[in-house]
Amino acid sequence: MPASPCVVPDSIPHPYSIHEVECRVKTHDRVNGEYRRLVLSAPRSVLDCEPGQFFHLLCPQTEGFQPYLRRPMSIYSYDRIRGELSFLYKVAGTGTGALASLQPGEHLNIVGPLGRGFEIRREWRRPLLVARGVGLATLAPLASECARLGRPLTAICSARSPDLVMSTDLFRSFGAEVITVADAEGNSDVGSLTPLIEGLIRTRGIDAFFTCGSTRLMRMLQVIGSRHGIGGQVAVEQHMACGIGMCQACVRPFLRDGGAVNLRVCREGPVFDLHEVL
Amino acid sequence: MADLRTTIGGLTLKNPIMPASGTFSEELTEVFDLDCLGALVTKTITRGKRSGNPVPRVCEVNGAMLNSIGIPSKGVSWFLQNTLPLYRDYEAPLVISISANTADEFARFAEEVSVPGVAAIEVNISCPNIEDDGKAFAMRPGATGDVIRRMRSATHLPLWAKLSPNTGEVVEVAQAAEEAGADALITANTMLAMAIDSRTGRARLGNIMGGLSGPALKPITLRMTYQCARAVSIPVIGCGGISTVDDVIEYLVAGARAIQVGTATFISPSTMPRLIRELDEVLDARGLRSVDALIGTVDVTDEAVVVAECVR
Ligand SMILES: Cc1cc2nc3c(=O)[nH]c(=O)nc-3n(C[C@H](O)[C@H](O)[C@H](O)COP(=O)(O)OP(=O)(O)OC[C@H]3O[C@@H](n4cnc5c(N)ncnc54)[C@H](O)[C@@H]3O)c2cc1C
Ligand SMILES: Cc1cc2nc3c(=O)[nH]c(=O)nc-3n(C[C@H](O)[C@H](O)[C@H](O)COP(=O)(O)O)c2cc1C
Ligand code: FES
Repeated sequence: MPASPCVVPDSIPHPYSIHEVECRVKTHDRVNGEYRRLVLSAPRSVLDCEPGQFFHLLCPQTEGFQPYLRRPMSIYSYDRIRGELSFLYKVAGTGTGALASLQPGEHLNIVGPLGRGFEIRREWRRPLLVARGVGLATLAPLASECARLGRPLTAICSARSPDLVMSTDLFRSFGAEVITVADAEGNSDVGSLTPLIEGLIRTRGIDAFFTCGSTRLMRMLQVIGSRHGIGGQVAVEQHMACGIGMCQACVRPFLRDGGAVNLRVCREGPVFDLHEVL
Repeated sequence: MADLRTTIGGLTLKNPIMPASGTFSEELTEVFDLDCLGALVTKTITRGKRSGNPVPRVCEVNGAMLNSIGIPSKGVSWFLQNTLPLYRDYEAPLVISISANTADEFARFAEEVSVPGVAAIEVNISCPNIEDDGKAFAMRPGATGDVIRRMRSATHLPLWAKLSPNTGEVVEVAQAAEEAGADALITANTMLAMAIDSRTGRARLGNIMGGLSGPALKPITLRMTYQCARAVSIPVIGCGGISTVDDVIEYLVAGARAIQVGTATFISPSTMPRLIRELDEVLDARGLRSVDALIGTVDVTDEAVVVAECVR
């Protein structure tokens, strides 16, 4: 009896939307003291992705770090023509510590693209992006998409200190008006940001919020949004095991149909409606 | 090409590879064709709705993971209306895993899910996350026998009892399940475990304790497979830490008639189809015609140098 040939090599186009592929590292650079940018050479099959989606990375085994589970990482950029996929990450512990050791020419096993990405609704004409720390990585491809759709963009980038605010040039290249704030400057707290954002609503006609990287900023945007009738989306994080919806490890409570329900961040998210996050 | 077929009670599976409950769902259709599998096994469901345990629900430890998912369940009617139809078009037999709080509830539940489209019922009497400190039915032969006996009179479907590595009475529990009418055993569920962050002193799971799975579990569940395969005449399905074809072979040699793959699917979602292909290759390379030729062939002949007995 023949065994069914159920593994289709990734070189052949097949109907499955989630792929496990080995990608060669093109470049891997320090962006500043804390962050690194990893650029992979990726097959076309995984580049049918959208802003807000993520990949699940099998970080390498090194002398110092032996991660076991995969680690979720947002897509920082993808380029179908150049066959490139990149991530921007912060070294946090075992997994990202091991990841940081990857050299150009080495390979990384990735699974994806995963999850549900951002949706720029037709009525959202003047979006405001609010990114904290590495949340910026998640919002970068969204900024690029806003530029492509001709939506005038405003971005507030927040970090602990001014030298940790990243990608402002990238955002400007997408035509965004960029405002940077930092804890060290004393202008990144909710008390300072609220009047700033309410000012932007008046002067720039902001009609949608997109955010990632800080629960505090998300709560602030929920409050401002409720006050001004402004909706939006948020990308959230949760500890994961499978990353594709099988294990229920990554649930969080959300408001749906008038009640609280547990939804899987890896499947129903990681992008959710701003006002449904509890 | 070798004959990969195996039989579990009255069911013939086209190969011995199937998913472990809780590590598989319909989302895997986005990775490969599920019909290549020997069987499909659903996440455990309960009759009523349950929300599961607090987060974090998973953490990793050296070469393994802990989970305290609990059994979040949307209840039996939701399952019958929404989940069951998703599997209607697959050839692979569908095994549904159920859990309940009492033997009576198990029986009533078994009756409710004995519907067309369901090929067998996996009886989860071993979840360490659902009852206090892992006091599952499968800890004791009496409680195990009780559950299976009640279920046996409630359904004609094959009953697969999933055993626990947390009991000291592995053989007694296995025999009690067989005597009460179980058609197969699964060895085994996760082992109750704990992890603490040394820096903060905090338990790393929201539920404090959870089940250990992955490669670190294998020697224990492989031992249980061996013990049970010798002690009962119903088929034993091995489960625990399987990620390579060598793992599969070890379980078959220990006496398993089939195996389940759990955590390895999280590390590589295409593990199961790979194992099917590699098992076929290994059998060919060894000149074996069928999986049967491996089952229960463990070599325990005493070739070791006998150590001197301590007399004084
Ligand atoms: C959808 C998604 C997208 C993400 N995108 C990015 C990104 O673009 N750039 C970036 O720097 N980080 C991102 N993160 C966070 C990143 O996954 C964690 O920083 C990373 O898993 C930490 O692993 P570690 O082993 O280095 O750290 P450790 O602290 O040693 O991790 C220990 C365990 O906790 C888990 N864990 C720790 N922090 C998080 C977290 N914030 N979210 C989920 N699990 C966590 C790890 O997976 C691991 O199992 C994202 C998280 C999610 C869920
Ligand atoms: C996240 C997770 C969820 C699980 N859920 C269930 C479950 O609902 N029912 C069950 O019988 N076993 C459950 N298990 C146990 C597995 O089915 C399996 O017995 C165990 O993980 C050992 O196999 P492995 O080492 O291959 O993972 C779960 C395991 C994991 C890791
Ligand atoms: S990580 Fe497994 S369901 Fe989300």
